[in-house]
Amino acid sequence: MTPPPDLSATGGRHEMSDPLDRKSGGGVNLLEVRSVSKNFGGVAALKNISVGVNDREIVGLIGPNGAGKTSFFNCITGLVPIDQGEIFFKGNLRLNGLPPHRILEAGVARTFQNLRIFKHMTLLENVAVGFHARTRSGLWDVFLRTRRLRVEEKKIFVGSRELLAFVGLEKHGNDIAAFLPYGYQKRLEIARALASDPKLLLLDEPVAGMNPQEKNEIIALVRKIREKGIAVLLIEHDMKVVMPLSDRVIVMDEGAKIGEGLPDEIQNNPRVIQAYLGEG
Amino acid sequence: MTSKHPFSFQVVLFLFPFVLFPLLDKNTYHIDLLTNVGIYVLLAMGLNVAVGFTGLLNLGYAAFFALGAYTYALLNLHWGCSFWIGMPIAGMVSMIFGIVIGLPSIRVRGDYLAITTLGFGEIVRISFNNLDAWTGGPNGILGIDRPRLWLPAFEGGFHWKLWSFSVNPTPYFYLVLALVAVTATLLFRMSDSKMGRALVAIREDELAASCMGIPTLKIKLIAFGLSSFIAGMAGAVFASKQTIVTPDSFDFVLSVLILAMVVLGGMGNIWGSALGALVLGTLPELLRGFAAYRMLLFGLLMILIMIFRPQGILGGQLIRRELASRRKEADNDPTT
Amino acid sequence: MVYALIALGYTMVYGVIQLINFAHGEVFMVGAYLALTVIWIFASLFPGAPFWLVLISLLLFSMLGSAFLGAAIEKIAYRPLRGSPKLTALITSIGVSFFLQNAVMLIYGLKEQSVPEIIPDLRWHAGHLSFSLIQLIIFTTSLGFMFFLSWFIKHTRTGKAMRACAQDPEAAQLVGIPINQIIRTTFVLGSMLAAVGGALFGMYYGSINFHDGYLAGLKAFTAAVFGGIGSVPGAMIGGILLGVFEGLGAGYISSEWKDVFAFLLLGAVLIFKPSGILGEHLPDKV
Repeated sequence: MTPPPDLSATGGRHEMSDPLDRKSGGGVNLLEVRSVSKNFGGVAALKNISVGVNDREIVGLIGPNGAGKTSFFNCITGLVPIDQGEIFFKGNLRLNGLPPHRILEAGVARTFQNLRIFKHMTLLENVAVGFHARTRSGLWDVFLRTRRLRVEEKKIFVGSRELLAFVGLEKHGNDIAAFLPYGYQKRLEIARALASDPKLLLLDEPVAGMNPQEKNEIIALVRKIREKGIAVLLIEHDMKVVMPLSDRVIVMDEGAKIGEGLPDEIQNNPRVIQAYLGEG
Repeated sequence: MTSKHPFSFQVVLFLFPFVLFPLLDKNTYHIDLLTNVGIYVLLAMGLNVAVGFTGLLNLGYAAFFALGAYTYALLNLHWGCSFWIGMPIAGMVSMIFGIVIGLPSIRVRGDYLAITTLGFGEIVRISFNNLDAWTGGPNGILGIDRPRLWLPAFEGGFHWKLWSFSVNPTPYFYLVLALVAVTATLLFRMSDSKMGRALVAIREDELAASCMGIPTLKIKLIAFGLSSFIAGMAGAVFASKQTIVTPDSFDFVLSVLILAMVVLGGMGNIWGSALGALVLGTLPELLRGFAAYRMLLFGLLMILIMIFRPQGILGGQLIRRELASRRKEADNDPTT
Repeated sequence: MVYALIALGYTMVYGVIQLINFAHGEVFMVGAYLALTVIWIFASLFPGAPFWLVLISLLLFSMLGSAFLGAAIEKIAYRPLRGSPKLTALITSIGVSFFLQNAVMLIYGLKEQSVPEIIPDLRWHAGHLSFSLIQLIIFTTSLGFMFFLSWFIKHTRTGKAMRACAQDPEAAQLVGIPINQIIRTTFVLGSMLAAVGGALFGMYYGSINFHDGYLAGLKAFTAAVFGGIGSVPGAMIGGILLGVFEGLGAGYISSEWKDVFAFLLLGAVLIFKPSGILGEHLPDKV
């Protein structure tokens, strides 16, 4: 496969490394975003952007506010239709045009920048929702309490407990999500996303608003997630989190990709520094 | 989230006293009243599925009730259909209409769905009123058969005798009680399963729910369809009890009344709907002296509930806390 | 025509606080009854008064009364719920609607009240068309108010503040716009327009009933949505079109069915083009 073309609106002078040339394991291109563009009523949120993520990779996505990072996530997960381009998953599955729940079924899960937990449900219930697509029971199973339902509900119950333990929230299973401290709510979202057994996890600012200790815990958590065989694409502003974690970093600005490479390379890239105007 | 079976136990516990009721209080007026309340309970539980659990505001619920009632009435009138067959068919007809109306409307924003359903409610009522040839117009359909059962009889040797319900409300009472028990059990099972969680997830945050793998459109349609089905069945029971159906029994006020029952009892809470139905179903009887003021008080009641206790009687405390804190922000507006 | 006046109120309120004010239809109805009351007062105290005096007084009186009513409703029923989910406010507005309907019913009685004619029955003919003085009055008054409203929204400070609140309440607050006052003003303006509509309606049809508000309200809401909820010119166009449509329809189809057509139109618009003709499509924010 040829490396994706990269034509940013400002000329293409940027760091480019072939996504196939990676130092982390796996030889398969998991997510391939090809030349995607999206306009919102005249404002170009995404300009011909191409990105690749490989199996078991941790890719950091950085850029100044308004760069289009969350829009990018929205396009991948089907919340927003793209105007041009294609998004492929696991080689031949086209994601663009699919409704969000199908994209989740394919194996792409996400968290949200502004937290979208189910406030009035308990933690266990929140995570259990993530299992929805993995179970087969229908309304009849529910009404008649068939064997299939009982078996699946038990699995969901056990699985949810495990996931809460994985993120360190096992003691709060029956607490109502709304009353949880902010940092715990962010972890809840991760647990919920993991419940669907994804191959790719999109994290949107997972450590925003946390203190340094909490951030370190999240860094450890993301590494644990990678160990489970899940690739992570992560939007973050805190360079002290993104750089150590990522195998590769992609930089966006004004809807286009302006840089891509190893963390060290990106940190020293003048174009990137300029885009941030001193941030990071 | 539990995997025990407490619900059948709860259902039996709370409903058993009602089994004994007609044996203790032989007053047919009271029995009739409770039977009607029972029908309200069914309706409230049904509406709760759509409004309470899923957050789909249906302001035309009376129409589905009407569709069920008229379906049985017409089936009975033209084809002598028995009640026991007519009732599920009535449920299905309502359900089909529910899905048909739901399909386009559910995509639109919440308050728009409310208006669409309101419009549907009115369209159904007016249509039933005007299509004289089919529905008997404003006079409705009369002479609907009551349910009939084959019961064992012993005179002149053992044989089966066809026995019909009559004006006596007691058999209806037990029929409605049985339906309530079954419906409650099924709804409890639903609420504590992936389906129930999916519904609540959609209510809480539809976007996030769809990103977590819930096929929102399909699930919303299921909720809407189930809700309509229950109304349809209740309609058939109603028709068989009144033996007459007229369009003005199914007006907007009824839709709002059922909604008020759901809200009063606590949205999303199954026993809450029953409680709401009990309260609002018996209140008019208790306040008979104030008949003229009824609607006035009703309107006032709704305003007061929404302002002071929007989560209803049995609704969770945390809903109240969330609403209260949001209100505080509005009050702190320094520009007032 | 009258629908347009009511529709404006719906659209303005929805624009600022995203609430479908069910009670708005009742304000219309109250306006009609207030006008009737004025006519009665004149009839008993000043029987010889010239019709234009009666007309102006009743318009003023119903506008005033409804202004108070609108402000009261806003303050008592909607303000406390400002941060609550929309479902709650919607249910409350239904409660207010019921309350008002029945209050009026208790005060004025269950039956239809006939509105004595105060406008002389003068007619003009122009070719095949004929129109009466009353129609002319309704037409000009409605148009006059609508133009006044447009001007108000475009050119006065308060009007601009209203538009700001509709677009972005938080930003508006940050620049010092007193949101609560603006909302109250919106309600008051909308109510006054509805009352004028009600008064004219009563005079035109000759009789009013406490239930009229509900029906007219729904249709006006249809018009507002049709024109694009939140859009003032849209509401005007929607209202006028609906009135025309209904008038034509009633000629060909029986009057009972014309209501159904209004509802079907409502359903169709909501489903297929929720932004209406002139409205903006407001997407969900992620």
